[in-house]
Amino acid sequence: MARIELDLAHAYKANPQRDEDYALLPLTMTFEDGGAYALLGPSGCGKTTMLNIMSGLLQPSQGTVKFDGRDVTRLSPQQRNIAQVFQFPVIYDTMTVAENLAFPLKNRKVPAREIQERVGRIAEMLEMSHQLDMRAAGLSADQKQKISLGRGLVRSDVSAVLFDEPLTVIDPHLKWQLRRKLKQIHHELKLTLIYVTHDQVEALTFADEVVVMTRGRAVQVGPAEALFERPAHTFVGHFIGSPGMNFLPAHHEAGQLQILNQSIDVSGERRLPPGPLTLGIRPEYLVLSATGKTDTLPAQVLRVQDIGTYLMVTCQLGDLNLKARMSPEAAAPQPGDTVHLQVLGDHTCFYQNEVLVK
Amino acid sequence: MNERRFKKRTLFLIAYLIFALLPIYWMVNMSFKTNQEILSSFTLWPQEFTWANYQTIFTDPSWYSGYINSLIYVAINTVISLTVALPAAYAFSRYRFLGDKHVFFWLLTNRMTPPAVFLLPFFQLYTTMGLMDTHIAVAMAHLLFNVPLAVWILEGFMSGIPREIDETAYVDGYSFPRFFFTIFLPLIKAGVGVAAFFCFMFSWVELLLARTLTSVNAKPIVATMTRTVSASGMDWATLAAAGVLTIVPGAIVIWFVRHYIAKGFAMGRV
Amino acid sequence: MSTTTKPVNQKAWFLVLPVIVCVAFSAILPLMTVVNYSVQDILSPDRRIFVGTEWFAAVMRDQDLHGALWRQIQFSLAVLLVEIPLGIALALSMPAQGWKASAVLVIVALSLLIPWNVVGTIWQIFGRADIGLLGYYLQQAGFNYSYTGNASHAWWTVLAMDVWHWTPLVALLAYAGLRSIPDAYYQAASIDGASKWAVFRYIQLPKMRGVLMIAVLLRFMDSFMIYTEPFVLTGGGPGSATTFLSQYLTTKAVGQFDVGPAAAFSLIYFFIILLFCFVLYNWMQSLGTTQKEASHG
Repeated sequence: MARIELDLAHAYKANPQRDEDYALLPLTMTFEDGGAYALLGPSGCGKTTMLNIMSGLLQPSQGTVKFDGRDVTRLSPQQRNIAQVFQFPVIYDTMTVAENLAFPLKNRKVPAREIQERVGRIAEMLEMSHQLDMRAAGLSADQKQKISLGRGLVRSDVSAVLFDEPLTVIDPHLKWQLRRKLKQIHHELKLTLIYVTHDQVEALTFADEVVVMTRGRAVQVGPAEALFERPAHTFVGHFIGSPGMNFLPAHHEAGQLQILNQSIDVSGERRLPPGPLTLGIRPEYLVLSATGKTDTLPAQVLRVQDIGTYLMVTCQLGDLNLKARMSPEAAAPQPGDTVHLQVLGDHTCFYQNEVLVK
Repeated sequence: MNERRFKKRTLFLIAYLIFALLPIYWMVNMSFKTNQEILSSFTLWPQEFTWANYQTIFTDPSWYSGYINSLIYVAINTVISLTVALPAAYAFSRYRFLGDKHVFFWLLTNRMTPPAVFLLPFFQLYTTMGLMDTHIAVAMAHLLFNVPLAVWILEGFMSGIPREIDETAYVDGYSFPRFFFTIFLPLIKAGVGVAAFFCFMFSWVELLLARTLTSVNAKPIVATMTRTVSASGMDWATLAAAGVLTIVPGAIVIWFVRHYIAKGFAMGRV
Repeated sequence: MSTTTKPVNQKAWFLVLPVIVCVAFSAILPLMTVVNYSVQDILSPDRRIFVGTEWFAAVMRDQDLHGALWRQIQFSLAVLLVEIPLGIALALSMPAQGWKASAVLVIVALSLLIPWNVVGTIWQIFGRADIGLLGYYLQQAGFNYSYTGNASHAWWTVLAMDVWHWTPLVALLAYAGLRSIPDAYYQAASIDGASKWAVFRYIQLPKMRGVLMIAVLLRFMDSFMIYTEPFVLTGGGPGSATTFLSQYLTTKAVGQFDVGPAAAFSLIYFFIILLFCFVLYNWMQSLGTTQKEASHG
């Protein structure tokens, strides 16, 4: 179990000039010992690169990686004592489950009795005690992933367990089982776990803190509520949530907020910088009022979808499509109706150049 | 420690490459000498360098037509072999059907039959069909061992592609031909490359059947060269030059499929 | 992940039909002819006598056949013992990518593309003391090397020629198999602290099992049928030291024009190979079935 500190950047070419030359833009980050973290972002955002740098499979082009204060940048994964679970199960086909789990310990010349004890304990934790003597090659994908995970856990001094989209090949109805198992293990063993995924549900349910990344940059680190309530970056607002945040371009001038052709008085509210801004509000917090108050925007309802637990109302404002969530019991508007959108509220966020205005 | 092991492997590789090239170098060496020099003295490189042997081959129709004939029937054979092997390999890889294991093994047995066994029967068969001394005859005769090999190789590569990819394509509305050509084939590029290479190879080098089924019009280079050997005085120099030239088409083919052989195929990265 | 068992679909036969047609045409008709000849004594085009198994019995009693068969088995075993490990070792030492990989690939594969009679000729020259690199230097070193006079030397030369000629086949197949192993396996092995030998034994070798089976079968079959190269190199000599089965058959069929016995022997020859391959095939299949299905999972 270790505390991991990153202070690095990783570029594709020798002399990076622009942002595009970097796989990971310069960053500093700390992963506390025993914490469960998720690296969340779309394909190509750099999350797997960051993971591989932490595990030692990749060397950063500049900067350092520290485990418990020790510089491990030049050390191999074996020397860093990490465990990694890959996208597809990686097991030794010719060995039994027990032999698979024992393999890392055998290579370290751990005495046989201790091996047996560790293997038994981990197998029990993974609910695979009855399969110890079966050939690993004949098992299902989720069981194989458990073996992959087990090989990492079997070492008592493993510094961190890194996951690279491990549920990719698992059947959907088994995914939640594995997720739950991971949480159990985290609770029991208190290991540092770092989980890479592009699925926000996985990230938000698994991790204590989520690192949201895009195009080589970590744009926000924080627990699920922070990411939801106060996205620090328009990307976070857009990526998190289903659907993501609504964004309206606005212009602030002397206490007046210009949105499309409307002007809303904001002088009494928070202090906003002048100039072009982006207003962000989540569908959950976009209120539809029937009558127009002074700080609402009129919009046309395009369609209303009954999702089951809520209604999704899509409105058109100018050439923007905005979505709002309504409770199924509320009086739903009809397509074609004019509604008044209350965009200002406690949950509204303002962004300048994509970054949150505090 | 890794450095040391790396060095051992490189040394081993270099040693093997020398072993591989030595006889070829010797043949190239001979191809630039005159017969006189070959028989009279022993030299590591030509004392009297000459292009004459190659000139003979390029200007004498009985020599260069041999190359062209060989290329023709090899090309025909490779195309047919791959065309029929692909769907069959797909069937073996994806489905079970009545007698599938037996048919698969039967195909392999054809690869196991010594060509000598078929000398006489083939001779009679093709004479009856009026196909003696044609390119298509040799191409068809070579199907006997190339098609099973192609099916075998392709099936191995296809089985490595998860069936989920096929299923996803059908769910996405792909018709079978469209799926096969736009999705599946690119995934097994390595397999197609390897199969094509082996079809080319075994057809190009085969002597017995090619010589038996041809006489003049479709006479392949391998038969022309044996003529040299059976001539009264061994024409080592021209033989060497002809030998060197037989390696050229093969080297080109390897060069084209090298990526497919080297890259293999990716697992599930659709 | 969906099931690893394949669905039953009889319509798959249509996909297989073209292959069957092509191969059956080239195989079944001639084979029938051979069977036909093997049970008849053809004295002239009009006079054919059915002789049943007479030819088979005669052939089996033939001392020459026993000699050739024994030599052939020894040769094929030697070939497998040398070429399979050597090919694997070569594949392991070949670079995985870059221009070096392509260059090495071309050089290694070259010997496969040389017509077999030329291979024989190359080594015939190579081994001669007067005009050959090998022969000349061996003589200079005081070693009285002669593949035409000394049976043992002839054997070693034929073996060396075959190794030189065909090891690249094993190497290329093994190489393709190696390239298909995803990096993650090597990474996981490194994380698990596995030694290079463990990586070979537990990851590379198992994953190469499919291609190695192809290699073993191909090399066995082809070495058992070998004709051109040794014929050109030694002519089967000295004496009959390097006369293998195919040459025995061809001499009988073409040289002595004993079509009956030749046809009978052809069938026996064929069945011997068939038997060996059937056994080998099943043995390797049983080793690999669970592994093969698992690799789809």
